[in-house]
Amino acid sequence: MSVAQTIEQSVRDNFDVEYLELLNESHQHAGPATESHFKLTVVAPDFEGLRLVQRHQKVYALTQELMQNGPLHALSLHLFTPEEWQKRGGTVADSPNCRGVGS
Amino acid sequence: MEIIRQQVEQNPVVLYMKGSPQFPQCGFSARAVEVMSDIGKPFAYVNVLDAPEIRTNLPKYGNWPTFPQLWVKGELVGGSDILLEMQQNGELAELLADIPEAQ
Repeated sequence: MSVAQTIEQSVRDNFDVEYLELLNESHQHAGPATESHFKLTVVAPDFEGLRLVQRHQKVYALTQELMQNGPLHALSLHLFTPEEWQKRGGTVADSPNCRGVGS
Repeated sequence: MEIIRQQVEQNPVVLYMKGSPQFPQCGFSARAVEVMSDIGKPFAYVNVLDAPEIRTNLPKYGNWPTFPQLWVKGELVGGSDILLEMQQNGELAELLADIPEAQ
């Protein structure tokens, strides 16, 4: 499985996903890797009652292996409850471009 | 780990980042600095590119795999996605309300 497929599958296996969008943003960054930078938006009721830092930690826990021993370098996360997602009209901020230093 | 504990407990606000606020070496670190500058409260920073031990150990200490990381009063607040989100919804200003303004 590709990195993207692995991320998507494990999120779907672990959360009651209502909406999921995974963008490969590796082209915005320096270096030869093509599966290094991703942006993941997930809407799931699982996030209710959790602070942002706790939501992110839950998702990062699923991608630990890919980050430590795989090509995944940065995973931008936008994690919402269905209610929050509806309030913001279904939009997230753009990721910044890389500065090409510091791997 | 002891150094990290001292840093996050002795500095009310500390940003672990790649590069310095003047010369961020990564787009996500640059974004975190922009958010903190807008908020206008003073913050300490640690350039993890110059501190390989902290770069290796902080992800375990905070259960957070990437940089930047903002710590306030000894607790992990999050990375750049969370800072941006909390700037937009006002929670960051609230969290830093009792930190004195920069001189």
